[in-house]
Amino acid sequence: MMIEALIALCLLGSLAAFLAPNRVSGKLAFLASLLPLGGSIWLYSGFENVGNALLTDQQLAYESTIAWATVGGYDLSWHVGLDGISLPLVVLTTILTSLAIVSAWTPIDERQSQFYGLVLFLEAALLGVFSALDFFVWFIFWEAVLVPMYFLIGVWGGPRRKYAAIKMFVYTNVASLAMFIGFVALVFGLNVTTFDMPTIAQALQANDFATDYVLLEFVDVETLKLAAFATMFFGFAVKVPVVPLHTWLPDAHVEAPTPVSVLLAGVLLKMGTYALLRFNFTMLDEVVLTNDVVAFAIVAIGVVSVIYGAMLALAQSDLKRIVAYSSVSSMGYVILGLAAYTTFGLGGATFQMVSHGLISGLMFMTVGVIYNETHTRMVGDISGIADRMPLTVGVFVAGAFGYMGLPLMSGFAGEFFVFKGAFASSTQLAFGSMQLFTALAMFGIVIVAGYLLWAMQRTLFGEFRLETDYEVSRAPVHDVLPIMTLLGLVIVFGVAPELFFEMIRESVDPILELGGGA
Amino acid sequence: MAAPLNYPEYAALAPTVALALTALLVLVVDMIDPGKPQRLLLAGLSMVGTLVSMGFAAWFFAAGTGAEEAIVLFGDQLVVDQMSLFFALIFTSVTALVIAASYDYLHDHSYQAEFYSLMLFAATGMTLMASANGLAVAFVSLELASLPSYALVAFLKKNKGSVEAGLKYFLIGALSSAVFAYGISLVYAVSGSLQFDAVAAAISGGVGDQVGVLGLGILMVLGGFAFKTASVPFHFWAPEAYEGAPAPISGFLSSASKAAGFAVAFRTLTVAFPVASAGAFGVDWVLAAQVLAVVTMTLGNFAAATQDTVKRMLAYSSIGHAGYAFIGLAALTAGGSNGFVVGASIIHLFMYGFMNTGAFVFVALVEHWGIGRTFEDYNGLSTKAPVACVAMTVFMFSLAGLPPFGGFISKYVLFWAAIGNGFWWLAAIGAINSALSLYYYSRVVKALWFEEPNGNLEDFEVTQPVGIYAALTAAAVATVVLLPALGLFSGSVTEATVSLFTP
Repeated sequence: MMIEALIALCLLGSLAAFLAPNRVSGKLAFLASLLPLGGSIWLYSGFENVGNALLTDQQLAYESTIAWATVGGYDLSWHVGLDGISLPLVVLTTILTSLAIVSAWTPIDERQSQFYGLVLFLEAALLGVFSALDFFVWFIFWEAVLVPMYFLIGVWGGPRRKYAAIKMFVYTNVASLAMFIGFVALVFGLNVTTFDMPTIAQALQANDFATDYVLLEFVDVETLKLAAFATMFFGFAVKVPVVPLHTWLPDAHVEAPTPVSVLLAGVLLKMGTYALLRFNFTMLDEVVLTNDVVAFAIVAIGVVSVIYGAMLALAQSDLKRIVAYSSVSSMGYVILGLAAYTTFGLGGATFQMVSHGLISGLMFMTVGVIYNETHTRMVGDISGIADRMPLTVGVFVAGAFGYMGLPLMSGFAGEFFVFKGAFASSTQLAFGSMQLFTALAMFGIVIVAGYLLWAMQRTLFGEFRLETDYEVSRAPVHDVLPIMTLLGLVIVFGVAPELFFEMIRESVDPILELGGGA
Repeated sequence: MAAPLNYPEYAALAPTVALALTALLVLVVDMIDPGKPQRLLLAGLSMVGTLVSMGFAAWFFAAGTGAEEAIVLFGDQLVVDQMSLFFALIFTSVTALVIAASYDYLHDHSYQAEFYSLMLFAATGMTLMASANGLAVAFVSLELASLPSYALVAFLKKNKGSVEAGLKYFLIGALSSAVFAYGISLVYAVSGSLQFDAVAAAISGGVGDQVGVLGLGILMVLGGFAFKTASVPFHFWAPEAYEGAPAPISGFLSSASKAAGFAVAFRTLTVAFPVASAGAFGVDWVLAAQVLAVVTMTLGNFAAATQDTVKRMLAYSSIGHAGYAFIGLAALTAGGSNGFVVGASIIHLFMYGFMNTGAFVFVALVEHWGIGRTFEDYNGLSTKAPVACVAMTVFMFSLAGLPPFGGFISKYVLFWAAIGNGFWWLAAIGAINSALSLYYYSRVVKALWFEEPNGNLEDFEVTQPVGIYAALTAAAVATVVLLPALGLFSGSVTEATVSLFTP
């Protein structure tokens, strides 16, 4: 019942923050967010891994099942549990939420209690997404994330907040609907009477299809699987997002207030890749492994996201937009790692999710701290802030190097694992080889280094100049502490990636044992 | 025909009887001192009667009345089973909300007793529609539900819009009643019977050269249902009627009355004209329902997206939801899990009853405050009345099919049921419409929370009318709670409808 307790704590905190007066709500929300944070660390310390949540027959860590409803002969139940893939993401969520709340103290200056209430509600939904193991429960949390996000962008965002909020809303909702139809159409073909995800995954692996299913009169099982794979990939890819489905992301990021950007880049994007790993690459691994055109398409999408995202970042002059587009680029590595189907590919992809969550959170927060003082994010408007805000700029530089993959920082570990896994991959592609594409993707790092160094050179260093009337001084302590904490974590996971990688590895290996990969 | 409860079989009609008696009682009480209407007494009495009826329906439903074998009464004219009881639950819950909201909405109107009594009579008719076991009873009960509704729509006698709406509603209602009655006569001409199962038996062996007459008859009967459910092609009364009518009545019609139309449609079509041989009736009504479902949901959603006033948007949204509910008739296939499809549609109508009535109650509240009707007039309302705005937000998101609200689960269960019967394209069209609906529902949310207040709120004092706030809160709580509470009724409902398909 630990997971339920975590979610309940978030919801109670949300209610408390919502009812508290604006003045104290931020502090209260921070204190409330420490409870799930402590809880998740407690989960981590007592964690016993039993492999992959969808494939194991054993009792999962912190697993619990409560019957919920019977609908049309199918049993739905509240089923949650954690494995080595979801636990790191749960920990990431609780860490980033607490830090995002602290980083909101300065920029959020109206309707605070509503803001913090929504942030904690968002945390509850995110924890649910990463721990739910029944499709309907999972889908409720998955969609529930949109509601607080819509308000957080729409009420506290920048000038074009209303447009950005509705765009994010409609894009991701359309994607979810497509995914739902694809998945349900697949499940009906199986000999199961439940929406329990492990049961479905195991039935799919056993190819246990019902012969009298209406759709199977028109198409064969392979086509059904392929169609389901395609719709689900589309649904999750919008969330990730990959090129060309990424256009909602820069708008949402630029308009969202800093703490919301942190959660959006740090956790929400991981929902997409997490779901890809769980659904497409675990349940339907066969589609990628046996169909080299599909494998090619996915790898190509990943590589294009890496390169094109980085190029787009190069063309931006808004610091926040630069970081936003580089997220598209970084998530491309995750796609590449997933398609590789090796221990280091899948594991690296998962590790990269956590690592990118920390680093992109760090970058967005630092840009936010600079913005709090200068009230501009445009590269052309400012230069030489290093003089006035040495500590913040120091963290920014360190974070940027993390992004570029400097050794001993988590970005290096994540990308290195992905490349190692992708080079060793035996996934067959229809055109070209996996190794060729991996080499191509590695060029992304060069571009990342290029735009980050260039942007830093123009804004952080040189002579101090600022084309606004604000007095720029050192950032307050509560602005700097979260970014220092994140930087510390980035270094910790860079020095000791095994803190998470071991459990990730134990949970992705069962996927590889299904067949295929090395 | 053993009733699980130790009472005479006619006791199973208690929900209907309670409503009818209350309607009469309200009139009697008003006669004691007609010059001085007792607002609280009349509303309270109606509320108590409705709650008693709801209590009976819930009790019988939970006790499994009619689950094993339906209770058939009055020479097979009425049937009480789990489906009719659940529908009674839908009607009475909507009626209770509407009565609570009307208490404040009608505070300075005369003819209070008549208002509540008409509403209760309409509700009585609706419960009979859900129990009708023959075409004659279906027609009479449909009229019993419709005639009071015409008067209720035109209740604001001094308001031109209300009177016009009433007239329009009445004319189209009369026309579609005629169509419905004519359709019944054609079916009778071919089958020689009005009982659903007798009709089915008579036409099961084929009807020879009368197939065209039968097909036309079925189509006309379907037209009668399309009117009652505000579906294309008999939908155009709905926007006018819902906009002109008192807002609580708009909620009543668009939730309860629509559900009643589906209640009678489900039983009539599936029992009298079995799906398995639908192709042999000259007109395949399942195919017709597919066309109606697609056209209705698409038209409703596109039209809703272009409206300027919230009430009219809700009217078109209600047409769109009729289209979703029509999936219950459209996604049927011989040998499929048809009971589940119908059951999913009923569950959606149940959820819809709360969220849609709640939305109209919010409109009633804004009309009560007198701050305008358009989206712009709603701007910044959350700064003045946050609680009511939270409730409205719940309704909007639930209507759009977002969690954690009841409308989310019922809409997806409906799509899921359609896919299970192989109608993935129907679900896909529904999904596209659902995504589109997000646009106009979120316009309300945007106005309430994102926009700065307009001048119309400057010297506006928030009052908190007790009845409307109670109805809003109850509907919002129900909309949220029904998601986790799905398990309490989903199994029974999706099983209850299976018997429609087992002759």
